[in-house]
Amino acid sequence: MSTVQQETLAGSKSAGNIWVKRAWPWLACLVIALLAPTVLSSGHDIHMLSSMAIMMVFALAYNMLLGNTGLLSFGHAVYFGFGAYIAMHALRWSNNAVLDGTGYGVPIELIPLVGGLAGLFFGIIFGSFSTKKAGVVFAMISLGVVGLVEASSLAFTGFFGGEAGLFGDREDVNSLLGIEYGRSLTVYYLMVFWLFVCALLMFLLRKTPLGWMANAVRDNPERAQFVGYNTTTVRFMQFSLSAFFAGVAGGMFVLVEEIVTDEAIGFLLSGEVLLAAYIGGIGFFFGPIVGAALVVYLESNLSSISDAWLLYFGILFITVVMFAPMGIVGIIYQQWFNFRSGGWKGTIPARLYCTVTALIGLLGFICIVEMAYHYLRSWNPSAPMTLFVTTVDTTTALPWLVSVAILLVGLGLMLFHARPMLRRAVEAAGGNK
Amino acid sequence: MLETITYSLLNGLLYGMLLFMLSSGLTLIFGMMGVLNFAHASFYMLGAYFAYTLGMYTGFWVALFLAPILVGALGAMTERWGLRHVHQHGHVPELLFTFGLAYVIEELVRLFYGTLPMNYRMPEGLDFTLFTVFGTSYPAFRAFILVVAVVMFVGLYLLLKKTRAGLIIQGSLSRPDIVAALGHNVPQVFMWVFAFGTALAALGGVVGGIHFVTEPGMAFMMGPIVFVVVVLGGLGSIPGALIASMIIGILQTFTLSVDFSIAHVGAWFGYAVPPDHLFATLWYLDSTRIAPVLPFLILVLTLIFRPRGIMGKREA
Repeated sequence: MSTVQQETLAGSKSAGNIWVKRAWPWLACLVIALLAPTVLSSGHDIHMLSSMAIMMVFALAYNMLLGNTGLLSFGHAVYFGFGAYIAMHALRWSNNAVLDGTGYGVPIELIPLVGGLAGLFFGIIFGSFSTKKAGVVFAMISLGVVGLVEASSLAFTGFFGGEAGLFGDREDVNSLLGIEYGRSLTVYYLMVFWLFVCALLMFLLRKTPLGWMANAVRDNPERAQFVGYNTTTVRFMQFSLSAFFAGVAGGMFVLVEEIVTDEAIGFLLSGEVLLAAYIGGIGFFFGPIVGAALVVYLESNLSSISDAWLLYFGILFITVVMFAPMGIVGIIYQQWFNFRSGGWKGTIPARLYCTVTALIGLLGFICIVEMAYHYLRSWNPSAPMTLFVTTVDTTTALPWLVSVAILLVGLGLMLFHARPMLRRAVEAAGGNK
Repeated sequence: MLETITYSLLNGLLYGMLLFMLSSGLTLIFGMMGVLNFAHASFYMLGAYFAYTLGMYTGFWVALFLAPILVGALGAMTERWGLRHVHQHGHVPELLFTFGLAYVIEELVRLFYGTLPMNYRMPEGLDFTLFTVFGTSYPAFRAFILVVAVVMFVGLYLLLKKTRAGLIIQGSLSRPDIVAALGHNVPQVFMWVFAFGTALAALGGVVGGIHFVTEPGMAFMMGPIVFVVVVLGGLGSIPGALIASMIIGILQTFTLSVDFSIAHVGAWFGYAVPPDHLFATLWYLDSTRIAPVLPFLILVLTLIFRPRGIMGKREA
């Protein structure tokens, strides 16, 4: 986490073309986001891209708590969900107003803002008592709140629409710009707009005194108090603002899906956003963005290829927690830093060797898991199964033996040959890993 | 009325005892290591599935002992090669590790056993009616669950209060640094407690899997409720866990079996809210619909007003 501060400190020293330096990742992301639908142009892909934008806003909002303030929440979907439900009520109200011709309603572009205000409202209510303490108490209260809200979503059917959920129509609404939002591509560009507005706001929020104090409260609450800040107030403000952005994500969700069910408010989504932010890397601003993109991609593509996607997902998460707590962006950043400072000199072959053996081990592991699913879960285990380039019969021993051999060879080489070799090479080059 | 009360009490007692079996291990782990073990209910589920599989070969009675031992061994491995490794990064990664573990265990259970409920039945020796109240029979198996839970409570209490191992565990609960300074291997104590706690949860699963349903969703059903019990009872307190389990168990069963809403209270005073009123939903809300909300309400209120729970010595 301190690397971020070092980065900004280093950035502020080298003046000159500082704005170009700071703005290029944003511009690159904007270009990618705008051009993405030309490559991924099918309906399924555009829906996936929109979902990514929503999840990115949500994960960034979540990271305002976990990464910046050090508050671990198990129930942030509450604010996403309330944002989504109230935005949906606003959408339905606008639908009626337009269809009856009785009024103007809420313009479609501002529906996410309605969700955000709803998130802020509930964030203030729940935050007022849950941010008194940090740590495990906060985590437990967030768990209690999400349980409370999820259980009551089935009790209060008038507001939550019961098990069927609530429907709305994004076409029968007025638009500020006079645009028809029937096509999913048009909605995608609206999502990109809100994503960039929210991401920029959240990024700038980190640079305000509140953002810096949130870091201080995370790292050393006693000292923050000693400087004269009320830690509860800092936590409460971060919490409410984070709930606001989560609510915006909920409002965006309404426009893409046009339906809200209790899935939007419960334990599962809360867990998903935690996984997304953590896998991406909570110590970096871009971490949750990468994590969200990865999670949504895996969810929408891997789930159609493999039954085992949740298993892979859980194992990926555990691996990140155990071996790379700084997340994917953290690893990339560390290696990039290392590369720039010349740490890769003379060690590139060893690094490549290490990566290749790890990938071989991973291949063996995936083969075993896929065959296990086929053998144990399909109706006819002896039916031929397509595994990468070959077709295997999982009831015979041969493919199993080959897969186990690949796994053991890959893993064994990596642990007992490649890694010591890399360590020696690094020592010989006289650098750190 | 008396019939409903008696029956709800009996069922609530049973549910409470099952909750106690899960929460006693968790409260020890939580109190000692400060780890909110999200995978605890997953070990409960593993207990049920292992007992089902073992029972097909060895019969129920052997499985009753073997399944918890197996799950306890798994728990020891989890602590030794997982949690201990993550421990150096701090409390949050520990928590996240168990969170991910719960995901993986559920998926593995789905992989090996499928999503449908298992045909996990009680042994024939216990399949008879113990007694009959108000024309409804009380199965002997439910009494058996109560006996198992009581034996467990007494055994646990004696172990913690009367043996040397219990003394060390109690010491490690409050001051692990001093216990280590006295020459005890505290990480190893942690491992044993984790193994023991998961074994207790598995024992709960062996009987709970028969009483409820053995299916992949059973861990998720119990998980959050067990946290409520542990927080309400107070961290690290076995008697507290027992009292809290009873409170939650009986409260849940009562609200589910009694048809009640605020409208009933209003009716006694001859007052009713019109059906189109703003608060009509709340007014006519059935207690059966409030039942799932109650444990979480209790959790939040406990953490706000009495963070150390009923019997706990320190705050969460």
